[in-house]
Amino acid sequence: MDLTLWTYEGPPHVGSIRVATGMRGLHLVLHAPQGDTYADLLFTMIERRGERPPVTYTTFQARDLGADTAELFKTAVRDAYERFSPQAIVVGASCTAELLQDDPGGLARALGLPIPVIPVELSAYRKKENWGAAETFYRIARGVAAPKRERAAGARPRCNLLGPTALGFRHRDDIAEIARLLETLGVEIAVTAPMGASVEEISRLGEADFNVVLYPEIALPTAQWLEKAYGQPYSRTVPIGVGATRAFVAEVARLAGLDPIPGGIERDSRLPWWSRSVDSTYLTGKRVFVFGDATHALAAARAARAEFGFKVVGLGTYSREFAREVREAAAALDAECLITEDYLEVEAKVAALQPELVLGTQMERHIAKRLGVPCAVISAPVHVQDFPARKSPQMGFEGANVLFDTWVHPLMMGLEEHLLTMFRDDPEFHDGVQPSHLVRDAQARNPEPIAVEPAPAVAHASGPTTWSAEAERELKKIPFFVRGRARGNTETFARERGLATITVSTLYEAKAHFGR
Amino acid sequence: MNVRVPLDIRPDLDARSGGAAPVLRERGQREVFCGLTSIVWLHRKIRDAFFLVVGSRTCAHLIQSAAGVMIFAEPRFATAILTERDLAGIADVNEELDRVVVRLLERRPEIKLLFLVGSCPSEVIKIDLARAARRQSEIYAPNVRIIAYSGSGIETTFTQGEDSCLAALVPTLPQEPPAAAPSLVVAGSLADIVEDQFARLFEAIGVPNVRFFPMRSADNPPAIGPNTRFLLAQPFLSETARALEARGAKRLSAPFPFGAEGTTAWLAAAADAFGVPRSRLDAATAEARARAETALARHRATLSGRKVFFFPDSQLEIPLARFLSREMGMVPTEVGTPYLNRQIMAADLALLPEGARVSESQDVERQLDRCRAERPDLTVCGLGLANPLEAEGLTTKWSIELLFAPTQGYEQAGDLAELFARPLTRRAALEV
Repeated sequence: MDLTLWTYEGPPHVGSIRVATGMRGLHLVLHAPQGDTYADLLFTMIERRGERPPVTYTTFQARDLGADTAELFKTAVRDAYERFSPQAIVVGASCTAELLQDDPGGLARALGLPIPVIPVELSAYRKKENWGAAETFYRIARGVAAPKRERAAGARPRCNLLGPTALGFRHRDDIAEIARLLETLGVEIAVTAPMGASVEEISRLGEADFNVVLYPEIALPTAQWLEKAYGQPYSRTVPIGVGATRAFVAEVARLAGLDPIPGGIERDSRLPWWSRSVDSTYLTGKRVFVFGDATHALAAARAARAEFGFKVVGLGTYSREFAREVREAAAALDAECLITEDYLEVEAKVAALQPELVLGTQMERHIAKRLGVPCAVISAPVHVQDFPARKSPQMGFEGANVLFDTWVHPLMMGLEEHLLTMFRDDPEFHDGVQPSHLVRDAQARNPEPIAVEPAPAVAHASGPTTWSAEAERELKKIPFFVRGRARGNTETFARERGLATITVSTLYEAKAHFGR
Repeated sequence: MNVRVPLDIRPDLDARSGGAAPVLRERGQREVFCGLTSIVWLHRKIRDAFFLVVGSRTCAHLIQSAAGVMIFAEPRFATAILTERDLAGIADVNEELDRVVVRLLERRPEIKLLFLVGSCPSEVIKIDLARAARRQSEIYAPNVRIIAYSGSGIETTFTQGEDSCLAALVPTLPQEPPAAAPSLVVAGSLADIVEDQFARLFEAIGVPNVRFFPMRSADNPPAIGPNTRFLLAQPFLSETARALEARGAKRLSAPFPFGAEGTTAWLAAAADAFGVPRSRLDAATAEARARAETALARHRATLSGRKVFFFPDSQLEIPLARFLSREMGMVPTEVGTPYLNRQIMAADLALLPEGARVSESQDVERQLDRCRAERPDLTVCGLGLANPLEAEGLTTKWSIELLFAPTQGYEQAGDLAELFARPLTRRAALEV
């Protein structure tokens, strides 16, 4: 039994619904109790879809348990077939129905429908949403696959784009951006799947030369199977950030046999110059905490260091399947690593590391708001705000431009907000003091602490050392956004040396000790 | 059993004065929430209570999604997610649950009342939460009381979760002394502001000893006994009413306090039971009634004559349809309700206009067919249906807001009407 407050991922059947909802001509019949239909609102409200997800739920109740839930399921499949005329039906069970052991696959096949019926085993008590999406996509691909057809010699290189689903973080815009990039490279896109694909298109996945895996959490099992079954290699690089996009282009060129790579693909790539521009100097060494699904967290950490000049102090993921990769990346960045699904653990880590920017999910946005730290969202779980009206990809060169804007803006705006609320009563907040937008220079000059300390409130309360009045006054002169860290460092320093009272000189000794 | 049985239309002879009004009953996909959803408002009402769902990842995900993503603070609800180890018997479920409760109560020492909430999986594998609650109560008494109830989808639909919760609380309420003066209990969660308004009104009318249930704080429960009269503030409290009656309390029948007319009738039921003359009720409510009338009048032009179609959701549908038809001049075509308790709904049912089709339970596909065919001016439905219907050109009001927003009583009558008027006003205003 795991105590859970907020979850990063839904149950596996929600992953199935994400796959089905993105597709055309597919219907999903879920053996599920009344109430599980809540999942529909994720799509109609968060993603603002104008159609109901193509899902039928059996919505059994207690009185049905004594009767015949298997018959109920068969009726639901038959009704769904007649009403929606799908080209294929996927059948599965949500957590409660899994306990009934009604065998949805066997029951649905017994109906003898003239379309493919694809059962998925969702293992609700072991697995989660992304796994459910990956498994469902893989089962569909296998369930409707057609034999490979040979392509004419000299045809343009051709690939599939794999991984986007309904309710994915910026999947809609990523696909458009990567499709544009591939087109510029002269690579034809056979099928984009699962989102946007019809059942018939899925059956033709085998016709491409290779696969582009955009979201490994969802597409990896399918790509691995296609490699085995059709000999299609697949791409490993996820093109988030300028560097990753360049690496992705090189990888695609290799897979497609393109030589040379067409010029001009970076024409609209602005991040490199925006980042080199001197106004961005203040970004140097900013302490950043990164958390999300593995794909987005890894990419964000890399871009944060190499393309923004940030210092990644913490890197974590809730995707346990990719824990090894995230641990390695964290070690390479000399950042603390966190593999957890417990939001309280993430909160404690953010509080302890005191980053200046959090790159996370909607959960981390709440954590950061509580702790007064600026935050940008980089990963699912999604929120209605993550479906902007404008195009806002994360991938490709335009995606990198978007990253620059979305990561840097909260930083400045966050700062302004703090200045207004926190400096209101401070002695610094007077006519003639340095204008607020220049405070960042002071921050850039401030030494980077190397110690990890508890949250300021905790340190303040638990410290056995006391501050002399004079030292307390001196502390107040330090800008607010580093004051908490300065206080924590000084108290740690004093505690380690058994000092009962912190004087002004203790404060500066600690500064010298921790500063580099 | 067969969900494709033809429509089961039985004459309904006892509910309506108008004679044999049919109730349409269907079986099929029910597009409704389960009872766990009511934790979203219950935990805010009882401020020192914690709701621990014993369930699956789906349960946790549902509450989080229904709550409209996340609340800033650490919430006073959580899910103990069953894992394969629990199901395979590798871990002892009771020991696991005790371990989770210990961790929880250590972390949250301010909790006075802990609910163990049963879910679909916990009920299918028959975890005895009532016994677990008794066992844990012995450990934590008197600091924390632990009570079990079911919020599962197989047992409860949406607001029935509150019913189930309150019904489980009733046996723990103190006994009224035998010679106690008559008292009134108002049962059903109301927004605090509404509760306070009603408390002032009852005082002005001269109804003594009024208590609200659920109580805001676990250590201040109302006493129950044969001298207790109770008035339901929410229509979905069948089990709670039964439990209160089992302890000797007597239910006062009334329409529910939506709109000015409904509120007056509701207050009048209490006034009559306590021998308060109508003149005093009139005098005490005159100002508030006039204010409500002014507020309602503003929305009448928008709503009057418009057809409204209710999908089943919270069991508020029948009283709301009554309010919209009698006070706003709307024309209810279908009034869907997940369950119909004729006794509790009797007063509201009797006031529904002729021609309003009451439907109980649901086959969502066929109900959508009817809705599309009728093309009502306003469709009241859940969040899963609202945008798809809007995309088809229908104007919708999402029903969950009718439950979350303060809507009862005179001062909220105008706000309630506005909730229905806003989608129509908005559609008229938009030029895109």
